[in-house]
Amino acid sequence: MTEPVPRRVVVTGPRSPTVRRPPGRQGLQALDEQTAVGELLVRSLVRAQLGLALRTAGVVALVLGGLPLLFALVPTTRDTRVLGLALPWLVLAVLVYPALVLTGWVHVRLAERYEREFVELVDT
Amino acid sequence: MTGGSRGLDLVAVVLVVLATVGIGTYGLRLARTTSDFLVASRSVTPLWNASAIGGEYLSAASFLGVAGLVLAYGADALWYPVGFVAGYLVLLLLVAAPLRRSGAYTVPDFAELRLGSRSVRRLASLLVVGIGWLYLVPQLQGAGLALRATTGAPVWAGAVVVAVVVTVNVAGGGMRSATFVQAFQYWLKLTAITVPAVVLLVAWHGDGRPDLAAAAPPVFPDRTTVQLDETVRVLVEQPVDVVLDGRATVLDRGPHRLERGSTAVFPAGARVPHVEGLAATSGDAWARPLSGAGGAEHPLYATYALVLATFLGTMGLPHVLVRFYANPDGAAARRTTLGVLALLGAFYLVPTVYGALGRLYAPEVLVTGRTDAVVLALPTAVLGGGPLSAALEALLVAGAFAAFLSTSSGLLVSTAGVLVQDVLGGSVADFRRATLLAVAVPLGLALPAVDLPVAQTVGLAFAVAASTFCPLLVLGIWWRGLTAAGAAAGLVVGGTASTCATVVTLVGAEGDGWTAALLAQPAAWTVPLAFAVMVGASVATRSRVPADVGRTMLRLHAPEPLVLSPPG
Repeated sequence: MTEPVPRRVVVTGPRSPTVRRPPGRQGLQALDEQTAVGELLVRSLVRAQLGLALRTAGVVALVLGGLPLLFALVPTTRDTRVLGLALPWLVLAVLVYPALVLTGWVHVRLAERYEREFVELVDT
Repeated sequence: MTGGSRGLDLVAVVLVVLATVGIGTYGLRLARTTSDFLVASRSVTPLWNASAIGGEYLSAASFLGVAGLVLAYGADALWYPVGFVAGYLVLLLLVAAPLRRSGAYTVPDFAELRLGSRSVRRLASLLVVGIGWLYLVPQLQGAGLALRATTGAPVWAGAVVVAVVVTVNVAGGGMRSATFVQAFQYWLKLTAITVPAVVLLVAWHGDGRPDLAAAAPPVFPDRTTVQLDETVRVLVEQPVDVVLDGRATVLDRGPHRLERGSTAVFPAGARVPHVEGLAATSGDAWARPLSGAGGAEHPLYATYALVLATFLGTMGLPHVLVRFYANPDGAAARRTTLGVLALLGAFYLVPTVYGALGRLYAPEVLVTGRTDAVVLALPTAVLGGGPLSAALEALLVAGAFAAFLSTSSGLLVSTAGVLVQDVLGGSVADFRRATLLAVAVPLGLALPAVDLPVAQTVGLAFAVAASTFCPLLVLGIWWRGLTAAGAAAGLVVGGTASTCATVVTLVGAEGDGWTAALLAQPAAWTVPLAFAVMVGASVATRSRVPADVGRTMLRLHAPEPLVLSPPG
């Protein structure tokens, strides 16, 4: 390292069209000055987002992670045929992909909603 | 791979190279500052960025390797592409938006910003370069093998061609040109793999839809000539009449040595001998999960370890992460990742088709063990030569070369980016020097034709990434209690354990039974180990939690509409 990494500005001007007015002063100041209120606000946002991420990940882990166990414990599922295709192939080669995209889409919507709520909360 | 199609294959390679350089040059006119070079000024839209990420991510392992794995190991290999895609979902859930909001360029940047530690930064830089090089070697070797299989050129030629094109492109234009190039490569790869697959499926349909999972192990569909580019030991299950170098002979049951440079002609309907280490598998076992098809041991453990490595390793691949800084904000980073999920999901529907048809029409790849060759071999095998199969093969060659070029250039950008920030200075000229250094080492490793299997080397990169950067990112983003000492301890333990396990496997000293299973797929124990060490050591040093962790958390998680002052 011959040069220090330049400090970067974190977050910049309102880009999202959903923000109709500039955020209020009080909530922002609380965040900015690391007051107890600000700390609480951030903690609640992080907890909400983490909870959402873990719930989604939990569903994926249960469904996808449960498949090998299902195949191991209920051997007939390895040979079951659905729509002319073996069940494991139908699920792992085809259905899993749209399911992953759908899960991601739901997650993005919820995560963005939590962020809007946070902005509104700070904005009071 | 007939004489007539060789010329066409070569034309395809040249066209892909020209298009790559051409789009790179177009981007070059726009690149001006170091910031332009590194993150394309953060002005890339989600669709461009998602296409670029997809283009960069779909490597030789995806374009050629997945089909080969499906052909050899059947249903259990389906978890590879599933994991390659699901890794992006995990990335979306846990990493995408906060990482972009952190404002860091690279993982080492993130480590320093979050933990305020230069030593953790250096450790992370070391890992980025290591994983980058590890991933580059099989790309270059794959390029060499593909060029030889299709045009007959020597192995080093393909590796050198890819290395030179990528270096010129990256050193010349940096990430912005790479963004255009990568986005183009995604669509090229999707077209190149889908169009031939559709034609092949139609031909299979016209052939009376022969059973893809017939009860018996694979047989040669026609009289088949196998050229041996290297000496192999094969296992013959049923005595077979062959013409070996023009001399009729009978291969009895048992192991046989086929010399490099020899040609074997097998009659139609004969059982396909398998290269040693790849067990013959009946169609039933091949089509059924957890059957241990192909000779895989402890399939249930191996499946879970593979799932863990791919689901959690994706976020730790350096060429994947560097692209997130090109998003304008955290929300765009999320949408980009969602786009990537859709683009990758569409692509990975296709390689399985090649694996399944390959078992039927091109089982001769089991003789050499180079199952990666099945994708390029199928058009001729199914359509039996002629202009259509030559055109489809050329299209596949173009796609494969796009895969080598795009993944290599993505890896090069990220490896060079870390080298320029942490080793050399910060100017555009230094970025060019760093690029040369970043490509020279893996090329040096790839040229002696060290026989590292593509899928396994790529698997090592995933396992190492999952055992190091995954805990660093996940704990760093979500847990206030992470300390520099804890992160360093976790990186060292996770990195050492996963690297040792796979190096032992690669040199073939893994033994058998459970030891072999644990070493060949280490992620199931190295990832939990790394997490445990990172958490344990952080708790033990909790007095050294960075004082400004609250501000950092705000920076990582606060939505952009909130206008905040710069930190510090």
